[in-house]
Amino acid sequence: MIDLLVIPLIKIVIVLTGVLITVMYLVLLERKVQAWVQVRLGPMRVGPHGVLQPIADVLKLFVKEDITPVRADKVVFTLAPIIVLVPAIIAFAVIPFGDQVSIFGKPVPLHIADLNVGLLYIVAVASIGIYGIILGGWSSNSKYPLLGALRASAQLISYEVAVTLTFVSVILVSGSLSMVDIVTAQKANGVWFAFVQPLALSIYFVGALAETNRSPFDLPEAEQELVAGFHTEYSGMRFALFFLAEYANMIVVSAVATTLFFGGWLRPFPSVAFLHFLDFVPTWIWFVVKTFLVLYLFLWIRATLPRYRYDQLMRLGWKVLIPLAIANIIVTAAVKVALSD
Amino acid sequence: MGQAIAFYTLAACILGFGVLVITAKNTVHSVMFLVVNFLFVAGLYVLLGAQFLAVIQVVVYAGGIVVLYLFVVMLVNLKRPPEAHQDRRRRGRLGVTCSLVVLAELVAIAAYKYVSPAAGLPPALPMGPDNVAQVGMLLYTDYLIPFELASMLLLVAMVGAIVLAKRDL
Repeated sequence: MIDLLVIPLIKIVIVLTGVLITVMYLVLLERKVQAWVQVRLGPMRVGPHGVLQPIADVLKLFVKEDITPVRADKVVFTLAPIIVLVPAIIAFAVIPFGDQVSIFGKPVPLHIADLNVGLLYIVAVASIGIYGIILGGWSSNSKYPLLGALRASAQLISYEVAVTLTFVSVILVSGSLSMVDIVTAQKANGVWFAFVQPLALSIYFVGALAETNRSPFDLPEAEQELVAGFHTEYSGMRFALFFLAEYANMIVVSAVATTLFFGGWLRPFPSVAFLHFLDFVPTWIWFVVKTFLVLYLFLWIRATLPRYRYDQLMRLGWKVLIPLAIANIIVTAAVKVALSD
Repeated sequence: MGQAIAFYTLAACILGFGVLVITAKNTVHSVMFLVVNFLFVAGLYVLLGAQFLAVIQVVVYAGGIVVLYLFVVMLVNLKRPPEAHQDRRRRGRLGVTCSLVVLAELVAIAAYKYVSPAAGLPPALPMGPDNVAQVGMLLYTDYLIPFELASMLLLVAMVGAIVLAKRDL
């Protein structure tokens, strides 16, 4: 009973709280990093160095007026932000945050569920999230949201192909679809898959930028052309849900990158013996540090690169990334067969 | 017992949302009911222990194909309700023909099952925890030709769509 219900429930509560707090502070971190890159100070007023700014922002979003346009499809308009947010959060179910720990002498693995199709589960969940964006844009019954939603969904569908193909080459190397097995395979091989599959990593990272609508691929909300894209008509708490989902998605793709390519919860150089003293650091701390380094890359790129044009985006996705990913799969499979003989 | 409850709940939801798909006035609502329907079908696969098939059901049907439906529905102007066919008697005849064909199919299946209870189905494989490997093994050995034929069919469809959409290549 305790193993079946209580422990998973506690884990779910911890992960959910952790994700929400991380999202709040990720927004602050983004503003700070942008400010430092542009030689500004960023938010400084609320609390020392602005550390309480996220709380002020959340309070503001709670008390803002929540408007539903008169001509909107009210039920779908209300459901759309929820359809975006739920997949972003349930994707955390299969992410392994750390190795087993023992609490009161009881071994507890630091993941909510270890599905044997974990990686495919993430793909499936991500593909459901697209509906929220399309429906949000459509139900607003307004032209900019509709155009933004069309752009967003075309972009997501195109880059989903490239990202999923990079998963295939990782699966070929690890021999499993389970997130935990992928990490243990990196431990057994003594090398992070980032070094085995550098091309897959770069394609995944570019695809992840596009899938989370991040700069330089933030065309769905290109403010000069589309006001705010698919969520133009949303305000107050419902807008906050879209915002939350976007940042939660960033954390998901960074956590997946960490798991697939940067050794998940493993310490750096897992096979080098004289670094064993690093083992005193709990495994989940390595995971969090690596995930934040990937997230920092997202923020850094946003402050550095200008936005792509839409035709450039599509050309990059279909004519460069997808063929490269397929070639990578063929080479990986050929090398694997050659080595196994 | 628990499995039976889960099965009947899922089956009721599948049928219920199936009915909603064809009765919804708004086409976008109808497409969304179809997505929910597919998600419950995926639940049925999980109940059968076929997690791989369940996830593929979500990725391909709920996530891939229906998104394209939604595109078409949103881009085609569907503000006014679809007009009913002018000729009422022709509509009736069509309906009767369709239901007769479905009835004949059901009768044929029932009769076939009655005549030869287990024939036609290969023996069930022992269900391992890792049915991804099992599915892959079967697809590339026993069912290699149907699998390759299906992929050729998709390729032909893709080429056809491109030729139709781009008049001058």
